[in-house]
Amino acid sequence: MGMTLAEKIVARAAGRSHVTPGEIVTCAVDLAMIHDSGGPRRVAPILKRFGVGLWDSGKVVLISDHYVPATDEDTRRIGEITRKFAAENALAGFYDGEGICHVVLPERGHLRPGMFVVGGDSHSPTGGAFGAYMFGVGATEMAGVLATGEIWLAVPETIEIEWSGRLAPGVVAKDIMLFLCAKLGMEGGRTQAVHFRGEAIRALSMQERMTLANMTAELGGQTGLVDPDETTAQFIRAAGAEPGDIAHWQSDADAKPSEQHRFDAAALVPQVAAPHSPANAAAVTDHQSVPIDVAHIGACTGAKIADLRMAAQVLKGRKVSANVALLVAPASRRDQETAAREGILAIMTAAGAQLLPNACGMCAGYNSGLDENVTCISSIARNFKGRMGPSSARIYLGSPYTVAASAVRGQITDPRELL
Amino acid sequence: MSETPQYGRAFVFGDSVNTDALAPGGLMKHPIATIARHCLESVDPSFAGTVRPGDVVVAGKGFGIGSSREQAAEALKHLGVAAVLARSFGGIFYRNALNLGLPVLVCEGVEGIGAGDLIHVDAATGVIDNSTRRTRLSAAPLPPFLLAMIADGGLVPHLEKRFADQRAAART
Repeated sequence: MGMTLAEKIVARAAGRSHVTPGEIVTCAVDLAMIHDSGGPRRVAPILKRFGVGLWDSGKVVLISDHYVPATDEDTRRIGEITRKFAAENALAGFYDGEGICHVVLPERGHLRPGMFVVGGDSHSPTGGAFGAYMFGVGATEMAGVLATGEIWLAVPETIEIEWSGRLAPGVVAKDIMLFLCAKLGMEGGRTQAVHFRGEAIRALSMQERMTLANMTAELGGQTGLVDPDETTAQFIRAAGAEPGDIAHWQSDADAKPSEQHRFDAAALVPQVAAPHSPANAAAVTDHQSVPIDVAHIGACTGAKIADLRMAAQVLKGRKVSANVALLVAPASRRDQETAAREGILAIMTAAGAQLLPNACGMCAGYNSGLDENVTCISSIARNFKGRMGPSSARIYLGSPYTVAASAVRGQITDPRELL
Repeated sequence: MSETPQYGRAFVFGDSVNTDALAPGGLMKHPIATIARHCLESVDPSFAGTVRPGDVVVAGKGFGIGSSREQAAEALKHLGVAAVLARSFGGIFYRNALNLGLPVLVCEGVEGIGAGDLIHVDAATGVIDNSTRRTRLSAAPLPPFLLAMIADGGLVPHLEKRFADQRAAART
C-alpha cells in the first residue's frame, strides 16, 4: 500500500522505506526553529549540562518574537541571552524584531516540501502549509533535538479534510478553521497529521494555507499538511530558495488516510468563536450585535499581508466606531512594508487603527495585554481565558474581515454587509 | 520502588484544561516558583495553595491543550504532583510532562475518581488504585523507552547519561 504525504516524510526522516501509523520511530531533524521565550534562555543551560553544543548550527533558526520589544529589565535580559546565543553559534538564521517566527521562517526561504522540522512553539504546524512535516515541542525536548539532531515520533495517522468547491467572498481560511474547531473539537486532530485537500484549499494563497495549517494546533493535530503545488513553488522561489521535488512530496494514489471528512466550501459562512474556546465557533450571525471595546488584528494566524489586505478592504473609506480601539500588529516587518507600499497601512490609520510592533504581542499575552473586563474580537488563533492578559477579558475570534467589520460597527458584524 | 505505595489525594478537573490556565502567559518571564503559585488559578484558585507533594491531578479530555510552554507541566512538577491522569492530553503537553519526568497516563474511567480520593498510580503497569473507593483502573501503560526516561528523571538526565557514556567510551 502507498504512503500518505505525512508517512512519506516521516519514513524519509527515519531512514526507512516504509512506516506504519502507530509505530515509534526516531527521526533525523532537517531544521529546528526556536524563539526567544522557549529558546536560548531555556535550552542553553540544558546544553551546558550535556556538555555539548548544537548538533548542526546550520540547521537551526532563531527568531525573537515573544519579548519584542523589551519592556522591562526581565525582558531586556531575555533579549540579551537570545542575541548572545546567536553570536556564539553560526545559525542558519537569526531574526531579531523581524516578525513572528511562523511567518518569518518561510518568508526567508527556510521551508520546502518534504522537510522534517521541529519548532519550539505550538503553532509550528504552520510549516505544514508548505508540505513539510513541522510540529511543536517544548523547551526540554528542543534541547534534546539541538544536542542530538533526533526526535522520537509515533508515526501519525493521516486525517484527511477535504473542502470541495470554492469559498464565497468574505469567507476565508480562518473561517474554515473556526468551523472545524466547532465541528471536530479541539482534539479532532488526535495529535495526528491533518491533511487539507480539495478545490477550495488548492485555490488558497500560500499565506491563507498557513492560516489553515497554523490553527491545526487548535484542532489538536500534530501538523497540518497542504499538498505542495505551483503556489508553494512560487512562494518559495520568491523567498529566494528552491522548492525541490514537488512532484515527489505528494500522497501516493493508493495511500489510505485513517479518517476522512468532506465539506462544501461554498456553504461556509463567516464564523465567530465566543469566549473561551475556538471550539465555541458558530456563524457570525449567531453573535451579531455583541458590543466590543477592542478589535485586534494580530499574530501569525491573523496579521500576515493576506490578512491585512482583508482588513483594509473593509476599512477603506470608513472609520472605526468611536467606542472601539482597533489595534493592528502586522505579523512581520516585510509584510508591514508591503502593506505600506500597497497603501494598506494608510487606509488603516486613516480609519483610526493603532499600529503595534511586529511581534506576538497581545496574542501571547507575555508582554502586554488587554485591560480588565474588556470585550475584544481578534484574528488570533485561541481565546482561552486569560490568553490576552486578564481572565476577565472576553475574547471573540474571527477572520480579519470580521474583526475589521466589527471595529467599524462597534459590535460583532457579518463582514459581508460591508464588502 | 518503596515497599508501601504512596497514596496521594486526587484533584479533579474537567475537560480542556489549557496551558493558559496551567501557566499564565503574563508570568512566563518569571521563575517557575512564581508561575507555579498561579497554576490553575483561573480554574481552581485554591489548587496551588492546597496541593501537596504526592497528590494526583485527574482530568477529562484534552488536558494541557494550547501552547508548547513547558512551564505548564513544570509548574505541576514543581508543586510535587506525582502524576496526571486524563482521558486525553494535548499532544505537546503530554511529551513535555514525560520529558520532565512527570508521569501522564491516558485513562478511561477517571470520572469515577472523586476529589480527595486517595489514589496510587503505578506508571510502569498503568494500574491506578483508589483506596477511598476500593476500585482499580487500568491506564494504557507507557512504552518501555519512555518508562526508562522517566526512571532516569526525565529527558535531561537521560541524555546526560547518554553523553557521559559516549565520552567514557571515547576515552577507552
